[in-house]
Amino acid sequence: MMKNTRVLSLENISKRFGSVVANNSVNIDLYRGEVLALLGENGAGKTTLMNMLFGHYIPDSGSIDVLSFEGQMEPLTLGHPQASLDAGIGMVHQHFTLAENLSVLENILLGSEKIWAWRHNRSNARDKITKIMNRTGLSAPLDEEVGKLTVGERQRVEILKALYQEVKILVLDEPTAVLTPQEADTLFENITAMTKDGLSVIFISHKLREVLAFSNRIAVLRHGKKVGEIPTSEANERVIARMMVGEETIENPRKKMKIGSPVLQLNGVSSKGDSTRTSLNRTNLTIHKHEIVGVAGVSGNGQSVLAKLISGLAEPDSGELLIDGKNIKYFSPKEMQSLGVGRIPEDRHHDGVISAMSVAENLIIERLHDKDVNNKGFLQNKSIKKNAEELIEKYDIRGPGIDANTALLSGGNIQKLILARVFECMPNLILANQPTRGLDLGAANEVARRLLEARTRGAGILLISEDLDEILELSDRIMVIHDGSLTEAIDLSREAIGLMMAGEKA
Amino acid sequence: MIRIEPREMPSKWWTIGIPIISAFVAILLASIPLTLAGANIFEAYRQMANGIFGSTFAFTEMLTRATPLIFTGLAATIAFRAKLWNIGAEGQLYLGAMAAVAVGTGLIDAPAFILIPIILLAGALSGAIGMAAPTYLKTRFGADEVVTTLLLNFIVIIFLQMMLEGPLKDPMGMGWPQSEPIVDNGVLPQLLPRMRIHAGLIIALLTAGLVHLFLSKSIWGFKIRAVGENPSAALHAGINVKRTFMGAAVVSGAIAGLAGVSEVAGLRGYLTTDLSPGFGYTGIVVAMLAGLSPIGVVISAIFIASIFVGADTMSRAIGVSSYLADLVVALSLICVLIGGFIARYKFIRTNKGNV
Amino acid sequence: MDILQILLTESFWAATLRIATPLIFGVLGALICEKAGVLNLGIEGIFVAGAMAGWMAVWFGFSLWTGLLVAIFVGGFFGLIHAILTVPLGLSQHVSGLGVTMLATSVSYFTYRTALPKVSSPPKIEPFQPFDVPFLSELPFIGPILSQQTAMTWLAILMVGLVWWVFNRTPLGLSIRAVGDNPDAVDAQGLSVYGIRIGSIIVGSSIMALGGAFLTMSAFDSFFFGMVNGRGWICIALVIFASWRPGKALLGAILFGAFDAFQVRLQTEVGAFLPSQVFLMAPYVLSIIALVIVARRAEYPRALLKPWFKGAR
Repeated sequence: MMKNTRVLSLENISKRFGSVVANNSVNIDLYRGEVLALLGENGAGKTTLMNMLFGHYIPDSGSIDVLSFEGQMEPLTLGHPQASLDAGIGMVHQHFTLAENLSVLENILLGSEKIWAWRHNRSNARDKITKIMNRTGLSAPLDEEVGKLTVGERQRVEILKALYQEVKILVLDEPTAVLTPQEADTLFENITAMTKDGLSVIFISHKLREVLAFSNRIAVLRHGKKVGEIPTSEANERVIARMMVGEETIENPRKKMKIGSPVLQLNGVSSKGDSTRTSLNRTNLTIHKHEIVGVAGVSGNGQSVLAKLISGLAEPDSGELLIDGKNIKYFSPKEMQSLGVGRIPEDRHHDGVISAMSVAENLIIERLHDKDVNNKGFLQNKSIKKNAEELIEKYDIRGPGIDANTALLSGGNIQKLILARVFECMPNLILANQPTRGLDLGAANEVARRLLEARTRGAGILLISEDLDEILELSDRIMVIHDGSLTEAIDLSREAIGLMMAGEKA
Repeated sequence: MIRIEPREMPSKWWTIGIPIISAFVAILLASIPLTLAGANIFEAYRQMANGIFGSTFAFTEMLTRATPLIFTGLAATIAFRAKLWNIGAEGQLYLGAMAAVAVGTGLIDAPAFILIPIILLAGALSGAIGMAAPTYLKTRFGADEVVTTLLLNFIVIIFLQMMLEGPLKDPMGMGWPQSEPIVDNGVLPQLLPRMRIHAGLIIALLTAGLVHLFLSKSIWGFKIRAVGENPSAALHAGINVKRTFMGAAVVSGAIAGLAGVSEVAGLRGYLTTDLSPGFGYTGIVVAMLAGLSPIGVVISAIFIASIFVGADTMSRAIGVSSYLADLVVALSLICVLIGGFIARYKFIRTNKGNV
Repeated sequence: MDILQILLTESFWAATLRIATPLIFGVLGALICEKAGVLNLGIEGIFVAGAMAGWMAVWFGFSLWTGLLVAIFVGGFFGLIHAILTVPLGLSQHVSGLGVTMLATSVSYFTYRTALPKVSSPPKIEPFQPFDVPFLSELPFIGPILSQQTAMTWLAILMVGLVWWVFNRTPLGLSIRAVGDNPDAVDAQGLSVYGIRIGSIIVGSSIMALGGAFLTMSAFDSFFFGMVNGRGWICIALVIFASWRPGKALLGAILFGAFDAFQVRLQTEVGAFLPSQVFLMAPYVLSIIALVIVARRAEYPRALLKPWFKGAR
């Protein structure tokens, strides 16, 4: 076999944000036609590294060389996405960079024509894209508004965007986070086909399984440093897990428990929420004490409405919702709280904490009418402070102090703050919505431990997660949500659940 | 190469220093239009200072001028803390003044210690309604309060004209559109003999103290701050966001209404269409300069009042248009905005290749 | 009092177009800024500045069209201030806009008062004259209405078409529409978010200034304090009413102009029964009502009011 040509070389790349070192002298090479997996837990520096490749950030030191069209390795102009695109580098970001008010065609056209041109040349573009779609098997409705597409379709648009720009190197950031197992398989089949054409691929992931299944080579990052590199053929789960975390992972054993009375019942609930997202359609769900029920599904199938209902932010249009056997007529977050519902929101920055307020303030924000917080309408600063000091100790919330702005805390510590707030109230029902998203393994473990503790204590937990592995690990029962309907999964294999997530019968 | 990074925690020095520096920069920048207008800069500044500190009368005039600005500055502060954009303080001021005149020109016969509180209450209520209505439209229909409060100002002024030519008109006013004078028992007492400074200042200072107390130490103030910083997180945490907006609106409008009462019942004695030369709008600058701090509002109001009073004197002395004052006020607002940015971020010089 | 009677008179529609013209400019200008994701509350002050600067250029001897260029330049200048404060510095768009309004107004008033000493009646210039378009003025009913309009009204209508074309048929317009929805999308395609936004604000502000210039150079012939009188704010409400579309903006401005022209005529008919102020209030009340009606379903540009910083992912 001919020795492969090197197409990309990152040398000694370092980047720091304030006092946090995101990347520390990282060296990565990429060869033509290969699929390189960049593995590491959340916060290891993978996305930052690729963002620098794509020009969103400028490295503090180090250089990047790319194989030019003439066949020479030339330095890449750093800090400009246009330069990276010109050099043939394309990126599919984890959070899609699509304009929802424009059509698929328009999103692909964006930036690809001279900006001062007097008119578009749509027919040319249409032809070119259609050719690409035929060649790769990726399809998307060209004239549909992106806002109306499913998550899977949007991802295809992102890839088509890159292919339209004739990239030679494609970076995919956590591509399977929003796909069913089967869709993930199809995606990688497509990718493999494209590598035969000479495309080189880097994909970022924190999932051991898919890294082993879909790559030719694996580079492992930990705390900003590259700690290892191994051809996939020589790797196994234990080896790369050890490289990724640096020590043996802690297992959270889930003991079998006898379930108690129902804490949550949805009977024939339909609800639009108040947005255009997928609505719930005559759903039934029961969660008992001492039980974790996991809801698996691709984002956009009704999870947000379900979460809103239980948070008190939406009302059912029909059907009934019972908490602890009591039929709920009036929906508000305060009402839900008073009924013993603890909520861990999906977007911790947007809904979970108020970044400009202090840690101490965020810890009591759900208890503004408790006696130790509120004395005749005035804040009880002494006991608020004491409460905060106790809780940061108990929940290991690390940061500059109880009076510091919450914005200064890391994602993991913000989540611990939210956990402290939720669990200290001894809730009967807990809604955990994507609770470990974006967290490093240590913090994710902590969340899982607390959830299992609450379950032992007697709470019922509704766990909504895109991470199928997490659902399989923590849930006593699994429901799959698709197009607004909840169905219980009897066959607990990944394949069967994957099919249900896509709406097909197992 | 210069890199910009958010500062960990803006130090207290920056928080107080920025408004002061911005104020001085604005005054310095005023030298440009002054020069272009052909004035002698030193003479101009000297006259300005004279207008503020030149005599006891000048000084008390400045405080008198600051009184309504303290009220409107507080009104803006409360609303803006909740990110409720009350640009309608001008209209709410006039609503308060109209209520004061409706109630205080002879409708009720009572001794001062009963009548004055009634007038204050009427004015506050009237102003409160003036802000409650647009806020209701916001919470119920999602109508942006910036536009509605702005447009309402114009509606109120036209309404005022209508009232002053109709029900509120002074039959003894020789045909001018003005109201009857406030009866003696309703007038806010003078603070110093032969000066125009009146008890409205005391009420303003008391109000500032109360607002400070409630904003920083009460649950109600906590909710307002929370909603202003992140309404969705506040909602998620169980705070009734709509009710918080309405609460902030009512208090904000009430205080703006008090500004009108203070001017009518303390200074002028009767109501005309030119009672306020834009106090409502200037109050916004007062609040921003004060960093939305109620105590800071008092200082900021005094500063802005000094600018206006000083510019008046300067204008009379050397003939430069007193619109210079408005110019300085506008510049202060922009300077304090930029200053706030500089305080929140730090600039790091890096050599290429080093961290 | 025959409503139909009023609606059928040419003078009514001529007045409608005259009242609508500054609004067309204002709504188009505000629309461009907001489509790019930035609210420009400097509009009221920019109207004043455009009115004063354009008029003063003519007063000092330049031609009317040069006066318009001066107004455009002045509008762009204040737009640049707002753009710098809100785009790279990411400061509050509300406060910055109000600051620009205050600055533009006070600079205009100060300059006017300093350059022209107080006189009993404001000095006048020779404004734009009604413009006779050869073929169109022959048409029945519409003809006389159109031939009473000045070149600026024609300019406004042409501008609607131009803005529509740019937004829907050019790459530049596509990138503006994209940047107001998701700046990350624009950045990822290699375009400059800052550049597109700053450019849009400057262009939008220049167009706004033309709205002010119309008041002193076409509708009237002199500048007086307080003449803008809230028209800028009405435009902000009308943008929402127009769903950020140039065609609907034209419609909204004309509808509003018609209503305003109507109440003036109504006043002469019914004036005895209702105080004149009720009619004066009508435009503002109407704007609020229009805003409330469309507010619920208004599809604001998704990135409006949200500052975007390079590299903040």
